[in-house]
Amino acid sequence: MSAPLKPLPAWADVALIPLVNVAAAFFISGLVVLAIGENPLEAVKLLIVGALGDLEGIGFTLYYATSFIFTGLAVAICFHAGLFNIGVEGQAYVAGLGAALVSLYLGAFLPGYSLAIVAILAGALFGAAFAAIPGYLQAKRDAHIVITTIMFNYVASALMGYLLVDVLRTPGQMNAETPGFPHYGDVPQFHELLKPLGIHWPVTPFNLTFLLALACAFGVWALIWRTRLGYAIRAVGANPTAAIYGGISPARVVIVTTLLSGALAGGMAANVILGEEHRLILEYTAGFGFVGIAVALMGRAHPAGIVLAAILFGVLYQGGAELAFDKPKISRDMIVVIQGLVVLFAGALEHMFRRPVAALLARRTTQPPI
Amino acid sequence: MEGFDAFIVVFGSGLRLAVPLILACLAGLWSERSGIVDIGLEGKMLVGAFAGAAIATFTGDPWTGLLAGVAASVLVSLIHGYASIDQRANQIVSGTAINMVADGLTALIGNAVWSQGGRTPQLPDSALFHAIDLPFAQSFGGVPILGPIYRHLISGHDIVTYFAFALVPLTYWALYSTRFGLRLRAVGENPAAVDTAGISVRALRYSAVVICGVLVGLSGVYLSLAQAAYFQPHMSAGKGFIALAALVFAKWRPWPALATCLLFGFLDALSIRLQGMVLPGIGPVPVQAIEALPYLLTVVLLAGFIGKATPPRASGIPYVKER
Repeated sequence: MSAPLKPLPAWADVALIPLVNVAAAFFISGLVVLAIGENPLEAVKLLIVGALGDLEGIGFTLYYATSFIFTGLAVAICFHAGLFNIGVEGQAYVAGLGAALVSLYLGAFLPGYSLAIVAILAGALFGAAFAAIPGYLQAKRDAHIVITTIMFNYVASALMGYLLVDVLRTPGQMNAETPGFPHYGDVPQFHELLKPLGIHWPVTPFNLTFLLALACAFGVWALIWRTRLGYAIRAVGANPTAAIYGGISPARVVIVTTLLSGALAGGMAANVILGEEHRLILEYTAGFGFVGIAVALMGRAHPAGIVLAAILFGVLYQGGAELAFDKPKISRDMIVVIQGLVVLFAGALEHMFRRPVAALLARRTTQPPI
Repeated sequence: MEGFDAFIVVFGSGLRLAVPLILACLAGLWSERSGIVDIGLEGKMLVGAFAGAAIATFTGDPWTGLLAGVAASVLVSLIHGYASIDQRANQIVSGTAINMVADGLTALIGNAVWSQGGRTPQLPDSALFHAIDLPFAQSFGGVPILGPIYRHLISGHDIVTYFAFALVPLTYWALYSTRFGLRLRAVGENPAAVDTAGISVRALRYSAVVICGVLVGLSGVYLSLAQAAYFQPHMSAGKGFIALAALVFAKWRPWPALATCLLFGFLDALSIRLQGMVLPGIGPVPVQAIEALPYLLTVVLLAGFIGKATPPRASGIPYVKER
C-alpha cells in the first residue's frame, strides 16, 4: 500500500471526518430518493417541517430520541470495552417484561410514584440479566458476543412471543398484549406536567424519561472518563493483554460492561412501555435496538455525540413518518436505508475519506504565504 | 402407515425449508474460511430475492431472475469485500450496515415501483422454478416405504434444490482437494504465511467474497422464485442468521453444515406442523420453544458445553501487509 497516514489535526479528527462521513451517507440517501422519482430537497423540507415544525412534531421527535439515547448508550458502552453488542434489541424487549410484571402484579403494594420507579428498575434489571448471559459466556467461555447476542435477539423474540400470546394476554383479546397497567404508575408526560404551569403543549408521548436519558448520558460520560471502572473498561477495549498487566481482570470488566449495557437498553422500556403504551405489546422495540448501533457509531461512542445523533434519528423517525404520509413513494423504509448508510459510512468506511481530507489539508497548510 | 405418511410430509417440507439455509450457510462458509466474517447473509438473501422477483416480473423468465438476483447479491458482497479487505473495516459493522440497507432498500424500491407495500406482483407459473419429476417417480411411487421416499423426498424438487445439495460435495472437494481450496483455507488461518509464499491475500479473499455472493444470492432467488411467487419485504425472516448459526454449529465444515441445515429445516417444519396442536397433559405445544432451539443450541455449542466451535483463526481480522 502507500505511505502511512499522517496524523490529522485534532479538530479534523473529532469533527471534520465524522461530518464528511455522515454527509456521504446523506448524499447517497438523496440519490436513492432521486432514483425513486422524488425530489430530495423537497423531501428534506417535508421531513424537517414534520419533525420540528410545531410543538407536536418536536414532542414526538424527542420521544423517539429518548429511546435512541438509551439504545445508543447501550451499544457505545460496549464499544469502549471492545465489545459489539448487537443484542440491544432483545435486551430492551426483555426489559419490557420486567417493567410490565412489576406494573401488573405489584401495583397493589407500591403506592404513587414508587410503582413507576420500581418498574423502571425492574426493566433495567431484566435487560441487564438478559445481557449478562452473553457477557458471561464471552468472559468465561470465550463464546463470541456478536454471535451470541444475535442468537439472543431471536431467543428474546420467541420467549416474548410465547409469553404475550399464551400467558400474559388479556383473556378474550385478539392482540398479543398485556392488560393495561394501573395509571398511577405511568411515567408522566410533559403535556400533563406543563398544564398546571399554564403552558400548553399538545398531547405527545414525550415524557419524563427524557430527563432520565440525559442523566444516563452524563452518567456514562462520568463513568467512562472519570472513574476507575471506566479506565478499566477503556483499557480492556484498547488492549486486554496489557490490561491484565495493569492488574485489571478483563473477564470481570466484560461482565460488568454487558450488565451496564443491558440496563441502559432497559431504559427504552421506561420510555415506551411506562411512558406511552402502559401495556406490553408484541415487538414493541420495533428495531430501535439496531438504531442504537447507528447512533453509537455516529456519536463516536461519546455521550454528547450520542445525544445529538439520537435527536437526529428522532427527527428522521418523526419526520419520516410525516414524509411517508405526504409522499407515499418515500415509505418509512427510507429511514432504515439512511440508518444503514450511516452505519456503513460512519462505521465500516470511516477511514475512506481520511486520506483525501489529509491530502487536502496538507496542501492548504503548505501553501507558501504570498 | 399414517405415521409414516406424516413423517414423509414433515420431512419433505423440512427439506424444502432447509434449501435456503444450505445455500446461505455454504456462502458463509466460503467467506469465513477465507477470513471474512459475514453477518450480512440476511441482507444479501433479501437483495437476491428482490432482484430475482423484480426482474422475473419484467422478463417472465426465472433464469434471468436468477441471474439478476445473483448479480445483485455479488455486488453487495463486493461492497462488504471492499470495506473488509481494502478499507480494513470492522467486518461486523459492515455486515450490520448491509443488513440494514438491504432491508430498507428492497422494501422502499418495491413499494415505489409497484405500490403494494413493498410486495412485487404475483408471478405467473412460467416465471418460477418448478418441481422436476425424476424418472419412474410415478410408477415406483407405489412401492411401500421406498416408493413414497423416492417420490416425495428424492424426486419432485426444483433445479435450485438439486443444485444446493450438489454444492455440498462440490464445496467439500473444492476446499479440501484443490490448490485454490488449500490456499483459501490458509488465508483464513494465517494470511501472512500465504503472503510470504507469494500468493495474493487480497485476490483470494475477494474470490471468496464473490463465491459467497453467488451462493447467498441463489438462496434469495430460491425464496422468491421457488418457495413463493413474489418478493415481500423482510421475507428472509431471519434465515440468514439461522444459516450463520448453522455455520457455527457445523464448525465451519461443509458436510456438518448440510446436516445442521437439514436439522434446522426439520425443526422449522415441525414447529409449523405442531402449531395449534394440543398435547395430552401438556396443553398447546409451545412452538416458540422449537423456533428458539437452533439459536439456543448454537449458543450452547459456542460456550463449549458440547464440543468446541473454533472459528478460522484469522477470521474478522483485516490483513495488513508488513512493511
